[in-house]
Amino acid sequence: MNTTTHPLVIAGVELRSRLFLGTGKYSSGAVMAESLAASGAELVTMALRRVRTDGAADDIVDHLDTGRYRLLPNTSGVRDAREAILAAELAREALDTNWLKLEIHPDPKYLMPDPLETLAATKELVKRGFVVLPYCHADPVLCKQLEEAGAAAVMPLAAPIGTNLGLEARAFLEIIIDQARVPVVIDAGLGAPSHAAAALEMGADAVLVNTAIAAAADPVAMGAAFKLAVEAGRLGYESGLAARSTKSEAVATSPLTAFLSSM
Amino acid sequence: MTFTDVWKQHDFAAVAASIARRTTADVRRALGKRGRGLTLDDLAALLSPAAAPFLEEMAALSHRLTVERFGRTMQLYAPMYLTNVCANICSYCGFSAQNRIPRKALNPAEIATEADALAAHGFEHVLLVTGESSRYGTAYLEAALRQLRTRFASLSVEVQPLDQADYEQLVAAGLSSVLVYQETYDAATYPKHHLKGPKSDIVYRLDTPDRLGRAGVKKIGLGALYGLSDWRAEAWFVGLHLDYLERTYWRSRYSLSFPRLRPHEGGEIDVTPFGERDLVQAVCAFRLFSQEVELSLSTRESPRFRDHAFRLGFTSMSAGSKTNPGGYAADDESLEQFAISDERSPAAVAAFLRAQGYEPVWKDWDASYDGWGGVGPHGPSYR
Repeated sequence: MNTTTHPLVIAGVELRSRLFLGTGKYSSGAVMAESLAASGAELVTMALRRVRTDGAADDIVDHLDTGRYRLLPNTSGVRDAREAILAAELAREALDTNWLKLEIHPDPKYLMPDPLETLAATKELVKRGFVVLPYCHADPVLCKQLEEAGAAAVMPLAAPIGTNLGLEARAFLEIIIDQARVPVVIDAGLGAPSHAAAALEMGADAVLVNTAIAAAADPVAMGAAFKLAVEAGRLGYESGLAARSTKSEAVATSPLTAFLSSM
Repeated sequence: MTFTDVWKQHDFAAVAASIARRTTADVRRALGKRGRGLTLDDLAALLSPAAAPFLEEMAALSHRLTVERFGRTMQLYAPMYLTNVCANICSYCGFSAQNRIPRKALNPAEIATEADALAAHGFEHVLLVTGESSRYGTAYLEAALRQLRTRFASLSVEVQPLDQADYEQLVAAGLSSVLVYQETYDAATYPKHHLKGPKSDIVYRLDTPDRLGRAGVKKIGLGALYGLSDWRAEAWFVGLHLDYLERTYWRSRYSLSFPRLRPHEGGEIDVTPFGERDLVQAVCAFRLFSQEVELSLSTRESPRFRDHAFRLGFTSMSAGSKTNPGGYAADDESLEQFAISDERSPAAVAAFLRAQGYEPVWKDWDASYDGWGGVGPHGPSYR
């Protein structure tokens, strides 16, 4: 029995863990670091607006072992493409990486991503040499447009950010996964390990989780639980799920293919 | 990157052998997905010998998925053969250059006469067909498209592969869709049947749908000529091609056709078996693999087969086809590309469909979608 799953490759970089973590909402840098370690995550995102770009001590980055984690700065808080590009350039310089999770939400209440600005910013950032992972709605056409614009992966949401509702957008995420030529990372709204397992089972390449771990009663244990769930979901997907049913297609009284026998 | 890069990763004989090894469990797994999210592995299982005992279940599922997506409708279209002049020598084709048959190319007056005949039958979707020749190339096709554009709702072509710029020129002239069949995806078989002429270049042909996608052609028709090589592997490669194109040129629609080798002028060749049961299996497998793809039922098939099989996944069929240039206005079958089997008139086919509870659809497109004035009883509308 082989229980090793295929690695995920984004922009030529091989990632063993399909669980990406956020760094917000933790009670302390130390708890964050311990949770990250328990989760097995390799790719970790942090909001540029939370990162000190002046070289001063930073309560997020200073807790991250950059030999162990690949940093994925995000543009959370920007409202349009112009601001996103400025933030991206700043992040590239401050964190010494050209990877970027592009988030543009002009709406501060629900933090809904702006599809038009996100597409425009993706085009420009790809031109500028960024590895762009745009956060977006579970919109299949938009995901194809982002892919064509050069996005290294797409990050559609499962449910409104921070709601922990799970795979509310399942029907659309299935289409996105079916059509995609770049990795699909389901982001936002996953509230429980079972949600993450279901996402991987349906063929998502990875998930990004923040609130569900950071806001858990025991974030470190929850990080470990998500690790197991993501591994189980992926292994289940790669193992080929058994058929749900083989009998639900009623056989008609006059079979459709009987004419083939009487010819 | 083009499809050739994808194609090179799969050896035809190895694919055929792999399909032959699929098991009942593989088939059950594919059926269990009930037409949602099937992979190319699932397609291989459904095309395999192991799926044969499940044909009735596949047919029922294919029928249901097709009705869900397309309703109880059947689009009707007719080919218009413009010329049988051809520079290629192909083992299976009546137009093959070495065949000593009279050659003909319709002039604008003759095209108008054919158009009158097709319009009188009620056709709105017309497929223009030619052989391959530089003389009757892009300029000739463009003139024909412009002549017919306001006359019919949809104009497709089935002609030699062209460069992207040529397709762009034809799109500007009102082209709606293009059919281009690979004939065979088997690199070992292809040269045996495409002996001479531009068609002997397999790579240029393989990459034709890429050029169509890049030129913004709205519908692209794929297919293999079943009977040249192992049909299961051939069908799987069609699926591979479809999958690649749907992901890459996702603004285009796709259709599949299932031509089987038929008797023709120019001698006998070895035909690998592809029976009616196999054809049904292939059609149902494709419907389970893709709910959106349009599947076309040929007049090469017998009336009896068509009358039963039309509901098993097909979405369009030709009717009353003539496969010789000028065939609708004149009654001369001597120049035909292949013999058709269903000789019923379009009206008879439409009446049959209605009797079966299906709506024959004559018009499912409009010239305005191709940037031209609309077609209707009052002629071209204002632009």
